[in-house]
Amino acid sequence: MTRPALDDWIQGLPASARQAVPAHRPVPRHLLDAAGWAELIATLATADWELFGLWGDEAAIHVALHDPGAGTLAVLSRACPDQSFPSLGHVRPSAIRLERAAADLYGLISSDGPDRRPWLDHGKWPHSRLFAAAPYDFLPVDGAGVHQIPVGPVHAGIIEPGHFRFHCNGETVVRLEARLGYVHKGIERLMAGRPPFEAIKLAGRLSGDSTVACALAFARAVEAAVGAAVPPRAVLLRAVMAELERIANHLGDVGAIANDAAFALLQAECSALRELTLRAAGASFGHRLMMDRIVPGGVDADLDAPGAAGLDGLIDVLRARLGRVVEVYDAKPSLLDRTMNTGIIAPELVQRFAAGGYVGRAASRGFDARKSPGYPPYPELAFEVPVRRYGDVHSRVTIRIEEIGQSLGLLRQLLDRLGEPGADGLRAPLPAGGGEGLALVEGFRGDILAWVRLGGDGRVARAHLRDPSWFQWPLLEAAIENNIVADFPLCNKSVNASYSGHDL
Amino acid sequence: MWKLIARNLLARPLTEPAPPPDEAALAALAADVDKAARARLGRSLSIRQVDAGSCNGCELEIHALNNPYYDIERFGIRFVASPRHADVLLVTGPVTANMAEALKRTYDAMPDPKWVVASGDCARDGGIFAGSYAVVGGVDATVPVDLHIRGCPPTPTQLLAGLLALLRHVARAGG
Repeated sequence: MTRPALDDWIQGLPASARQAVPAHRPVPRHLLDAAGWAELIATLATADWELFGLWGDEAAIHVALHDPGAGTLAVLSRACPDQSFPSLGHVRPSAIRLERAAADLYGLISSDGPDRRPWLDHGKWPHSRLFAAAPYDFLPVDGAGVHQIPVGPVHAGIIEPGHFRFHCNGETVVRLEARLGYVHKGIERLMAGRPPFEAIKLAGRLSGDSTVACALAFARAVEAAVGAAVPPRAVLLRAVMAELERIANHLGDVGAIANDAAFALLQAECSALRELTLRAAGASFGHRLMMDRIVPGGVDADLDAPGAAGLDGLIDVLRARLGRVVEVYDAKPSLLDRTMNTGIIAPELVQRFAAGGYVGRAASRGFDARKSPGYPPYPELAFEVPVRRYGDVHSRVTIRIEEIGQSLGLLRQLLDRLGEPGADGLRAPLPAGGGEGLALVEGFRGDILAWVRLGGDGRVARAHLRDPSWFQWPLLEAAIENNIVADFPLCNKSVNASYSGHDL
Repeated sequence: MWKLIARNLLARPLTEPAPPPDEAALAALAADVDKAARARLGRSLSIRQVDAGSCNGCELEIHALNNPYYDIERFGIRFVASPRHADVLLVTGPVTANMAEALKRTYDAMPDPKWVVASGDCARDGGIFAGSYAVVGGVDATVPVDLHIRGCPPTPTQLLAGLLALLRHVARAGG
């Protein structure tokens, strides 16, 4: 089987079937005609290109594809004058929910989609689709002794809302189906018409735990669209914030996973370490979660000498105490019994859905947007991307612990490069004019894709943010299959997909 | 079994209706209610948290209340899993159209007396999400709010200060 390179395939299309879109940066965008789109679907059946995003526009559908062999990205579009398009869901199942969302939000219907139930639209909006308010048609399960457990949208803890429909046989889960969309806030529509420095506040609230990464993705997309150059010190400060966010989230989740196995000691220790991290971030940047610190063109906060000293101290404390966390975790057979062999997500599934972050890396997919395509300042820093093969809860815990270590190393290098606050600016003005930009940024959960089109007036005409959770939620349904109901919290927390990031 | 369930579903509950209040007893009770409410609630509050559309930033800081630094349980405040066990409904986020019904149902499932605390700037009036087709508005567009804690998100200290103020209010207004 030949594996065509994405760029070669695009260039090989007849000129009548494709049209390059000017001013789309930094990767190309091509508008395909109906024949070109059909050819794309046929080629995707055998090519190993990964689906990185699919979103609707006014009467057009866009798909972002990644060629893992060449490490290249491209956006392909198809006009939908009759508001419909042939589905990619048969050849890329990860497209199914994105296509359902495009139907709900943009009225673009996948004419032959494998699943055309409403997704984000629950029939509660002024412009809701016809029949969206009808009772949701959960996939049926037949068999003697099979019973249902409906859970949510309001859950029994301090977590986000979503509905899980379990079909069980005794204690064993036969099928889990999630229904999401409860926290849909209409972020993309709210962004349209706003100047980038306002719209980025919405991007920073796509998923609060990833506020730095989401804002960074949006800022980079805007900067790509207009060709802005970010001051070097701002580039380093952005990375400092991004790594602090990664460390804080991994610490919180490692503790929470242990807590879901009723091992409260690690929860107490990890939540204390997370608190120290947030306090250091608050002291350094003026906000514990570092919200609204990244702006298009740079950053809005500098790191002074006391702040840098605080982060120095944090690195030492975390290094010392993290070692003890690992010792405790590794020495508790009762805890390992719960995490090992639980919630396995097979490498084939991870590949098929291009699942990012620790979900992918726990099952052989080593993709990390900081390495490839890479963005400053990471190419000049030394770090490793840990990879495991087995894909169980334990592998995801291990990846997270190792990533904390890597991020501490990155912080150390970044602080060494930063030096004293200098005279050089922290924020470059955005050149006037419009354009289209795409960015891929590695959040703690995985790669976040941001796409933006700025109008000639410099305002956002259309923006799209694809949270990593889109490709992780479906895999949670596979992870829990044949596990017991009582292990669902462990599986769920080890994936920790975002509801808000997904629901948009 | 099914026959029994069907009969119970169709029949009226066996629980007897409450007797009409005795006027003399009522007067005596009124004097005692303050004390009784204080004894019942004491310095203790059970909180049921509902995310009605937040970005999850508020949830992160509410979680932090349980860490060893803030240790909210030392004040007698604890988070409970069921609205049936709750005195306080702590709501975050702008209320989305898709969550409004679930929020209202959670509120209705709580026994009286009950209080509602709205946490975060979007819980006040929708905040940055106000005006969206998918957002109903602030929390008080769906359930009555007793206390609002500002912040985006409120820090654990701000949350704690707000909840302690509520605790004092509950103890004082127990009657």
